[in-house]
Amino acid sequence: MSISGAQKRGGQKEVVSEVMAPGVQASCAGPKVKPWQEKSVLTVRRWVATLLGLGAAGLLVMIGCLQFGAEDIGFFEVASILGRAVQSSHPSQASSETAQVILLQVRLPRVLLGFMVGGCLAAVGVGLQALLRNPLADPYVLGISSGAALGAALAILLGIGTTIFSISTLPLFAFAGGLLSLVVVYRIAASYGRLPVHTLLLAGIILNAIFTALIMFITSIMGPNRAFGLMSWLMGTLTAPDYPALGVLAIYLLVGGLILFRQARALNLLTLGEESARSLGVEVERAKKVVFFTSALLTGAVVSVSGMIGFVGMLIPHAVRMVIGADHRLLLPASAVVGGTFLMAADTVARTIMAPAEIPVGVVTALVGGPVFVYLLMYRKGGLAV
Amino acid sequence: MTRQAYAVEQIRFSYRDGRNGAPAWVLDGVSFEVAEGEILGVIGPNGSGKTSLLKLMTKVFQPQAGAVHLFGHELAGMPQDAVARVAALVPQDSQQIFPFTIAEMVLMGRFPHRRRGGVLLGLGWERPEDLRLAEHAMVEMDVAHLSHRSIADVSGGERQRAIIARALTQEPRVLLLDEPTAFLDLNHQLDICRILGHLNEERGLTVILVSHDLNLASQYCDQLLLLKDGQIFQIGTPEEVIRPEILEAVYGCQVLVDCHPVTGLPRVTLPGRTVAGGADKRAHDQADIQKPAS
Repeated sequence: MSISGAQKRGGQKEVVSEVMAPGVQASCAGPKVKPWQEKSVLTVRRWVATLLGLGAAGLLVMIGCLQFGAEDIGFFEVASILGRAVQSSHPSQASSETAQVILLQVRLPRVLLGFMVGGCLAAVGVGLQALLRNPLADPYVLGISSGAALGAALAILLGIGTTIFSISTLPLFAFAGGLLSLVVVYRIAASYGRLPVHTLLLAGIILNAIFTALIMFITSIMGPNRAFGLMSWLMGTLTAPDYPALGVLAIYLLVGGLILFRQARALNLLTLGEESARSLGVEVERAKKVVFFTSALLTGAVVSVSGMIGFVGMLIPHAVRMVIGADHRLLLPASAVVGGTFLMAADTVARTIMAPAEIPVGVVTALVGGPVFVYLLMYRKGGLAV
Repeated sequence: MTRQAYAVEQIRFSYRDGRNGAPAWVLDGVSFEVAEGEILGVIGPNGSGKTSLLKLMTKVFQPQAGAVHLFGHELAGMPQDAVARVAALVPQDSQQIFPFTIAEMVLMGRFPHRRRGGVLLGLGWERPEDLRLAEHAMVEMDVAHLSHRSIADVSGGERQRAIIARALTQEPRVLLLDEPTAFLDLNHQLDICRILGHLNEERGLTVILVSHDLNLASQYCDQLLLLKDGQIFQIGTPEEVIRPEILEAVYGCQVLVDCHPVTGLPRVTLPGRTVAGGADKRAHDQADIQKPAS
């Protein structure tokens, strides 16, 4: 707060500012931001600073991830190859270097895919948690991922998607499957007003069981080779895509993410419950439809390229919220960045820990996420259950 | 002549939509008007439809029949945020499980006034004016010192005051409150009543409050609306409504009504031990008090 502003406002307001944020005044230099606002509300400055910080950290992790593999490439070599690739549009100039080929053709696409998938799962988790007012909601727990997987498996069975990683028609089937399970979960949720945590989890478990059974059925009537491919994909695996496919996916996710992001302020109000949100001016039905539809769309796209990767969508938003607060205008993009960074790292573990063999990244996230989930359920019950 | 803030016409409302058998009407043919600048108290036994009425008047619910007019406009034809710019609701229970700060919570009241447009960042970031209004409301409701605390961590009374601050931040012309004093200690009860009275006098804010506290309603309201089983039993000034025979008919128990020593307005008390005479009679009376709750 500027001094002249404080004087104009008179004595009473000055007292107010002091009461609101003891000790922060000296550190606050922004011209318009009052001390109490720094601490209590999301300022544009904090928004920018947080996202820049997280983005820089994500970039460092990414370079770190690119180092590891069958052939270790040093941190600075990675950075310099990346730098050159970004600067010149013809990285083929020095393509004789093996390191560069490995890095740009194999590792980088996969790391980027990991970032997109993780970011997307986390963002969808944020949206669903707000809508269902439940910090345990995520596309995996609610059975949306398995619904999408069923759709994708069906598409593979019918021979519509000839290769598993083509992202042309497969997402549509995955999307339909995801939407179906989302609708079922939502109908269960809506019929009781607000669902207790355990009922919702139960609904997700039942849906998961049904869809998994159907996927197993599909697997059993496939040939053994195709069945093995399907199974390892379902466990959650990232495979290096080519750049055009990556680009298409990026656009797809970016559009979905933006649609979700535009609902951020409405999501803030929806955490108060539908009735309160409505009384504060939110067109609740429309906002719900947008968020659910976008969530199914994004989950479908992600599942079609990566299979079922659990817990990212639940844990990342939860952890990020604890640190940066609940405002969805920051929570959504921050969770996306953190989720993406987390999955990049998890995938690096998955492909290096038992090298030359790879384990599905879904196994890594589940092994990390499962225990944390149990911890939350057992020790933070008061905060989660109703 | 004063303007009409609300005109409620023959509304019927049921939580069931009639698909599974006959709907049980929560409100059945309720009509009344509220003049601008009035303080209206809505009283009645549990389950008489008070809360539903408030939600119908803020378009949280829509009636199956009849209409609600807000300053001449029918609610059914108004966008949700247009309603929220005029009428602010303070709900009875405001659970929040996510760690929003009190200040963020209060600022949510600016949502209906948000900026529109902008493809990428159509988020309606708060303007300085929004922050100023929120600050003012927080000071008024005595939660300013809590502005950075999480809403999940403060006491019920502090949360309630924050919610009222949020409603004030909406800059409404009508404030509708559901049991605003239920979680508050005497001091803050008095504060809320004073603030409501002040807003009513200074800005001409119309206040509609649901309360179980008949004395509070009697002391602070210009008009009282007494509901019974989803219908209006009596509407009028406190003197017209707070009468032993009327309250007995609605609540099904004996009450004493005398005059408040300072204001002279009617005051309600339950018959005590000496009046009822004997423990048997007391037990009988208490059973009567509980009965209408069902």
